Amino acid sequence: MQLALFIVFGALALLGALNLLFQRHPIYSALSLVVVMMSLAVLYWSLGAEFLAAAQVIVYSGAIMVLFVFVIMLLNAGTEQRTQGSRAAYAVGFPGAAAIFCLLSFVFLTEGSALKTSNIGGDLENGLDNIAQVSAMLFTRQLLPFEVTSILILVAILGAVVLARKEQ
Amino acid sequence: MTHLTNFEVFLLLSVLKVAVVLVITLLAVAYTVLLERKLLARIQNRWGPCRVGPFGLLQPLVDGAKSFLKEDMIPLAVERPLFVLAPIIALGCALISMSVVPFGAATPVSLNGAPGVNLFQIADVNVGLLVILGITSIGVYGITLSGWSSNNKYSLLGSLRSTAQVISYELALGLSLVGVVLRAQSLNLRVIVASQSAHGALSWNVFGGLQTVAFFIYLMAAYAETNRAPFDLPEAENELVAGYHTEYSSMKFAMFFMAEYANMITVSCVASLLFLGGASSPFGHLFDSVLNTTIANAAFPVCWFVVKVFSFLSLYIWVRGTLPRFRYDQLMGFGWKFLLPLAMANIVVTSFILAIRG
Repeated sequence: MQLALFIVFGALALLGALNLLFQRHPIYSALSLVVVMMSLAVLYWSLGAEFLAAAQVIVYSGAIMVLFVFVIMLLNAGTEQRTQGSRAAYAVGFPGAAAIFCLLSFVFLTEGSALKTSNIGGDLENGLDNIAQVSAMLFTRQLLPFEVTSILILVAILGAVVLARKEQ
Repeated sequence: MTHLTNFEVFLLLSVLKVAVVLVITLLAVAYTVLLERKLLARIQNRWGPCRVGPFGLLQPLVDGAKSFLKEDMIPLAVERPLFVLAPIIALGCALISMSVVPFGAATPVSLNGAPGVNLFQIADVNVGLLVILGITSIGVYGITLSGWSSNNKYSLLGSLRSTAQVISYELALGLSLVGVVLRAQSLNLRVIVASQSAHGALSWNVFGGLQTVAFFIYLMAAYAETNRAPFDLPEAENELVAGYHTEYSSMKFAMFFMAEYANMITVSCVASLLFLGGASSPFGHLFDSVLNTTIANAAFPVCWFVVKVFSFLSLYIWVRGTLPRFRYDQLMGFGWKFLLPLAMANIVVTSFILAIRG
């Protein structure tokens, strides 16, 4: 069951990502990104991280991507022109991507036993309640990074307010 | 039934539950429309629909047939794939969120020794509340995309208003639920219901749980989330023709219409689950020994749940018949400057009280 979920939604995520690149209209690209995020949420869920899955849907697909779509609609961005592509991208991009792919697959193939296999899923209806564990971790061992992130977001919000008020 | 494996039994029962819940929800949607027309008519001293069937009871079926048979017009200038997709997203999300709502007491049914399947809930998810919030937040896309793909300025303005409104009120809505989650210490809807069932109505979150403020924040945010009066600016007829569904006709329009009412029902279900003890009786365990049969124990909680949802729907309609529409800046100011700080204060106070009590 978990394997079936992984295959279906992994393929969906890949297709969505490819569609994001190949679509010419920004709004279709944004919607493909939503598909990618939703499929990732299903993958998280099938790994037993149901809180992460729900947060992914609520925060990324439900809030951030809605704002993306919102901005694209407001700017009324039209269809993009296809360019020939830069030479640097061809010269560096493809070998770089291939190198990273080779490196990652080498690591996973050789060190697979040392990385340990994760316990995929368990029963989807009665999975472990990991919200208590996540919050305990956030407010004890990871407290400093958590608070620093909040301050970072606060700074970003203040910056947005300052930029928005500048015109007056 | 012996040749079926446990998984097949689970699958069959789940498909059956989905079908039954879907049919009941769609019927409830149809009759909520009738209820609204009847109640509004009585509020405005009219009769409302009374010609088709006794008391107009067949009106929803006739309306459904009418919208099904009308010509489905798609204007030439629309962005066709998204134009077709938008009502599907809206209605789909509105219906999917019913899947985690527990309608009755936990009633495990087992066939040939398979592990019990809950009779009155499609999926007992341990982050059920977050699932509902997540699906609701995806439902925004239906409205956003319909407005943009219609290629019509009224539609676009309606959908922009609606998106901004839903995103703003989602914050107050989510924060108002935190107090309830803190009390129940779980996001599982069944656990949240069970945390209020000790002394009947006295231990419901809205009374004994001291979440009264959160309840009213939730109620107002929920009206804004479902684009209902007095926050129905996205479809303000006097300014925007019909808002985001101006260009839609026939069944596509009906799908938006059904999505709106299905959302109303979902929001009422969540309100009764989180604040009014869900399917538990308002008398607590007072009459437990009176009718202690299996059927009564299964049926009465469902009845209580239906009564609670029904009263929420009536409240919705009553509010629509009574209050005038907000202005847009009033709407935003109310959400951000009043409801959001109040919801935060509620969280702080609730956690202090819980910490002091230990």
